[in-house]
Amino acid sequence: MSTTTDETRKPAGGFGDLQAHPADSLNKPRIAIRNLDFYYGDNKALKGINLDFPDCQVTGMIGPSGCGKSTLLRCLNRMYDLYPGQRATGEAMMDGMNIIAPGTDLNELRSRVGMVFQKPTPFPMSIYENIAFGVKLHEKLSKSAMDERVEWSLTRAALWTEVKDRLNTPASGLSGGQQQRLCIARTIAVRPQVILLDEPTSALDPISTLKVEELIDELKHDFTIVIVTHNMQQAARCADQVAFFYLGEMVEVGPAAQMFTAPKQQRTQEYITGRFG
Amino acid sequence: MSATTVPASALPGPAKDMKVAARLGRRRRTVNTIVEVLCVIATVIGLAFLASILVTLLARGFGGISLRVFTTMTLPPGSGGGLLNAIIGSIIQTVLGTVIGTPIGLLVGTYLAEYAQNSRIGDAVRFVSDVLLSAPSILIGLFVYELIVAPIGGFSGIAGCVALAVIVIPIVVRTTEDMLRLIPVSLREAAVALGAPRWKMIVLICYRAAKDGIVTGILLALARVAGETAPLLFTSLGNLNWSFSNPVLGLDRPMASLPVTIYQYAGSAFDDWVSLAWAGALLITFGVLAINIIARIALRRS
Repeated sequence: MSTTTDETRKPAGGFGDLQAHPADSLNKPRIAIRNLDFYYGDNKALKGINLDFPDCQVTGMIGPSGCGKSTLLRCLNRMYDLYPGQRATGEAMMDGMNIIAPGTDLNELRSRVGMVFQKPTPFPMSIYENIAFGVKLHEKLSKSAMDERVEWSLTRAALWTEVKDRLNTPASGLSGGQQQRLCIARTIAVRPQVILLDEPTSALDPISTLKVEELIDELKHDFTIVIVTHNMQQAARCADQVAFFYLGEMVEVGPAAQMFTAPKQQRTQEYITGRFG
Repeated sequence: MSATTVPASALPGPAKDMKVAARLGRRRRTVNTIVEVLCVIATVIGLAFLASILVTLLARGFGGISLRVFTTMTLPPGSGGGLLNAIIGSIIQTVLGTVIGTPIGLLVGTYLAEYAQNSRIGDAVRFVSDVLLSAPSILIGLFVYELIVAPIGGFSGIAGCVALAVIVIPIVVRTTEDMLRLIPVSLREAAVALGAPRWKMIVLICYRAAKDGIVTGILLALARVAGETAPLLFTSLGNLNWSFSNPVLGLDRPMASLPVTIYQYAGSAFDDWVSLAWAGALLITFGVLAINIIARIALRRS
């Protein structure tokens, strides 16, 4: 993808523009979910989910609070393993490996499937160390190679020019939007294949939100992206594929353009037009 | 405010009895005044005792302070002794007690906060630790007497260190657990999401985020044991001689300490000993104060 097309693909129409840049077709899946059930203790939170995440494209997951979209996101990097009593059954295949099988190497999985959270979570250390932390977990790099990696990831996260003169100052000194881009830089520094974004802009102001959305658009050339959002416009602006969840079930999935213009299900129609949720 | 300027009839909703509102307002202000006065009285009483202690300590302690206190050992009354061996003994035992107790307390606190949130064993450990926190320190002295002094057959500096360590442990356990629990789940998840194993998440992220609180807890423990007397009476006993010149710093034999020396000197009939006891008390107080101030400055820098 050349840079000129990048420019045209940016959401130039601003907020509320529903026809930013949907891809014409969906790529072959990077992760394929089949018959996935999820339980919080005895409470079944996801019911028989089947969903493909197309490679190097953005999948947006929408639905009212408690519908299970974040839960599904946390299945993809096994975040739920931190909490006893939470478990998943079924298949989530990535490169021939079932992510949710008991034997999966979780640390290796998480180096391939990165995650960015709702609230910016800078670690209590310098900007440089924030990036280096994740890299050091998986690779042994020389000082110069690490410097390069830090610059590369901060550049990719559109943060380099803003922080290059204060890499050794505490990350907590950055603004909220900068902190969130730092978290994205930290995630891509590990060079994952998939990036999970859990409502990444809900704690940010509109300008920072726009920057993060532009970033998502730029990052999808190299990464498969899954984004959970409550913001319908955001899903329309960012996503190539949109999946609508309701009460633990996936109601409908399709290319973004189709989901927002001609949804097949009544409930999808009602949700995206704001009649409930 | 608005209730006095806006007529009741202009307020939205059901009619409001302005007389009742005014009465409730008066009542609220009266209660507020009473509580405020009580708070001030309580503060004054508390501060008065503290000030009385400090003023007496300063007045009588400074009289006893001289270079001799720091350069001369404890000697028989009337022969111009100082507190040198007691000061050194106190520093050794306090530091070593904290050094022994802190890692144990840190690990127990970490276990409670990170691994045993909802387990019965965790609840039991937490309960025992809290009981230990408020146990009379003389019991701890007796415990270490039975544990170390009696089997070895003599008082020793190391027994004193262990007794102080036993006091340090529950303090560090409590603060470590409290501080680790304050760390938001989102920070832990962020570390784990990058592929960090749990122990790295704890050591590299959680400890770092909780550093200030944990260090404060350790200093609190240090300050507490610096003034402990009872546990040392049954363990390191006290020593009138210079006992630090062997390879193990004299930890194998009875060791002097400031609190025990103060205890012995303050109750004696000799004026120069009593005066030295005051000087020792002042030294401990200012030593603890200095540690606190230095630590605060160091923490603020980092």
